[in-house]
Amino acid sequence: MAWTRKILRVDLTNGACKTEPLNMEWAQQYLGQRGLASKYFVSEVDPKVDPLSPANKLIMATGPLTGTPASTGGRYSVITKGALTGAIACSNSGGFFGAELKFAGWDMIIFEGKSPKPVYLSIENDKAELKDAAHLWGQTVWQTEAIIKKTHQDPQVRVSSIGRSGENGVLYAGIINDLHRAAGRSGVGAVMGSKNLKAVAVRGTLGVGGLRDPKAFLGAAAAAKKVLADNAVTGQGLPTYGTQVLMNVINEMGALPTRNHRDVQFEDARKISAEAMAEKRPDGKSHLVTNAACFGCTIACGRVSRIDEKHFSVVNKPEYWGASGGLEYEAAWALGAANGVGDLEALQFANLICNEDGFDPISFGATVGAAMELYELGILTKEQIGLEAPFGSAKALCELAQMTARGEGFGKDLGMGSARLCAKYGKPELSMSVKKQEFPAYDSRGIQGMGLTYATSNRGACHLRSYTVASEVLGIPVKTDPLTTDGKADLVKAFQDATSVFDSAGVCIFTSFAWSLADLQPQLDAACEGDWTMEKLAEVGERIYNMERLFNNAAGFTAKDDDLPPRLKTEPAKTGPAKGLVSGIDKMRPEYYKVRGWDANGVPTQETLDRLGL
Amino acid sequence: MQKSLRIDANKCTGCLQCEMACSYENYGVFNIAKSRIKVFIFEHEGRKVPYTCTQCAEAWCLNACPVDAIRVDAATGAKVVNEATCVGCKVCTIACPFGTVNYVADTGKVQKCDLCGGDPACAAACPTGAITYIDADWTGLDKMRAWAGKTDTATRASA
Ligand code: SF4
Ligand code: SF4
Ligand code: SF4
Repeated sequence: MAWTRKILRVDLTNGACKTEPLNMEWAQQYLGQRGLASKYFVSEVDPKVDPLSPANKLIMATGPLTGTPASTGGRYSVITKGALTGAIACSNSGGFFGAELKFAGWDMIIFEGKSPKPVYLSIENDKAELKDAAHLWGQTVWQTEAIIKKTHQDPQVRVSSIGRSGENGVLYAGIINDLHRAAGRSGVGAVMGSKNLKAVAVRGTLGVGGLRDPKAFLGAAAAAKKVLADNAVTGQGLPTYGTQVLMNVINEMGALPTRNHRDVQFEDARKISAEAMAEKRPDGKSHLVTNAACFGCTIACGRVSRIDEKHFSVVNKPEYWGASGGLEYEAAWALGAANGVGDLEALQFANLICNEDGFDPISFGATVGAAMELYELGILTKEQIGLEAPFGSAKALCELAQMTARGEGFGKDLGMGSARLCAKYGKPELSMSVKKQEFPAYDSRGIQGMGLTYATSNRGACHLRSYTVASEVLGIPVKTDPLTTDGKADLVKAFQDATSVFDSAGVCIFTSFAWSLADLQPQLDAACEGDWTMEKLAEVGERIYNMERLFNNAAGFTAKDDDLPPRLKTEPAKTGPAKGLVSGIDKMRPEYYKVRGWDANGVPTQETLDRLGL
Repeated sequence: MQKSLRIDANKCTGCLQCEMACSYENYGVFNIAKSRIKVFIFEHEGRKVPYTCTQCAEAWCLNACPVDAIRVDAATGAKVVNEATCVGCKVCTIACPFGTVNYVADTGKVQKCDLCGGDPACAAACPTGAITYIDADWTGLDKMRAWAGKTDTATRASA
């Protein structure tokens, strides 16, 4: 069955694990994963709750296509109230954990309360129990996975866990599965840590069977795989270069935020690009070792790289000499261009530290960028930081990553994220964030639609809520002009709603470079009970987006929070095609509210709610 | 013509589509725990290696079985377990030097690759061509062709 129809509810306070039937009426309205788990979340949690209090809940959810041979069908999401943002958080991860959870027979796990002592959840098919994690507390993600595999005497167990950053309250700590795959953003790992929950270990041997129409499903899945294989981005660009294919492209567009968004082009972009990763280094090897796929993925965008053993960051540290995950574009940008650091090996080292101790490289890198600007302005000193930290310092980047992982010294300040850091030092306007979450790798002056995307994303600044880069840069599904605000309100709404469906299905959003909803629909329709038409899916997407919005509004967010930092509205881009431009967010926002059926304060009108059955 | 599976680990991305296909072919469920082919991911080397039975000509498993439950499929050359005869004694799992015959607790029998009766589901499912089903006498043909292409006849002629 596409849904296993089973939920595991774990009360961490009293240690009870209970099985519940899935609400199938909700499944028909919210599909699965992001949508369905968010429905459970908003129905059970007070929007005003403190994210780090026991009253917050955390849900791990699979989608109806998770664990099936649909391409990329291995995703799962973590839904909670974000520690970084205070908004509804939904972080999606690939790897193998999601499929394993489904194979064990679960649609989702709802964690509530707080354990009196560190524990981890062990699942073996229908057997679920909390186990003592005293020996795991204080360990990195990588050590945690190794120890669990050893104590369970089972190399096939799949583990999702937090590192030391999640224990130490780094507000952008994520949850890492399969060593390098992350439910990375908004601080879902900090919430997990606040509950004294170290890890979830799953072994599932039941598999997924009984899809509605298996023959039709296999046909639809095969046809959709062919669409991916035949597409230039998903068939060639991503497998060969990974997401890093974008570094030079976005730089040339003048949309690569550099040095805390002071600049929009990075003079060393080439040195940290996909092309550089493939070139031979002085040691005769290339940085890139191979590509890799998540469960069921026929794209295989993942990068696996090896740091030069002679690089200063890993001298005498053989534990970092092996192949490891990265660099992906967002991490390469945040650790690199955002700080003006053009040392590829240093970026990969900082990226490894983020994976090893479980924190988001986007928010971390961008926060370092803010700290470096404060340092250059003389507001932060060498004594306060513990080292010299000018823009471009690879050494500072590597040191600060380790300090943040261990929660030492200035690492504690960095762990708050840029919004709280800049406020603490009297310069709140220097935080490049929306709803306290840092921007990813596209400048809103050079790609106007992304400004609206960031401002109205329900989880704070994020590219994965409506990737209009696809249209504005790559021409998918149609080319729009990145420099104008015209039509962007409609574009953003369309992307946001469609993305909500992809995120609720169990597949990777990268499929949408090649797939439209029309490619996803036949797979869902054949797999899932019910009648999954295009019309129904479009409505489900819009319903999900509005439901998340209602939660945020009730949590206290208003139209004021749908805004960009002053820098992007008043300091024009200095170079490149967008030279002289600022973001047109103030023009797009009211247009967008109208397209959404929201009032001038960003509140969905009664008519909109009625239309969507909310 | 007899065919055999050829595995090119360099092409493998570790997506596990082959494992899902194998379990579906044999059990009607997507369940990698029941797959006869296994993909091993060597994280620190960045290598992914699919592995299954190579259908030895003098098969250890077949010779070790005390009840003759493993027979040669004349059409494909596969060494096939006859579930009705298998008593689940597991001697074959000890005899096989490669570990590719395994016990299935659910059925109380052993399982191993049977080449899907000549139409391997794993090869059909593999998106990268890491698994192919080709002439058993010429599994080296691709490598030979690659090396042949590197042979520089021009230099020889002028020498
Ligand atoms: S496209 Fe990349 S991130 Fe998405 S499932 Fe495939 S390998 Fe994973
Ligand atoms: S040939 Fe068939 S039985 Fe053998 S490994 Fe492939 S799918 Fe499994
Ligand atoms: S289907 Fe092919 S690429 Fe995927 S894991 Fe199997 S052998 Fe590797």
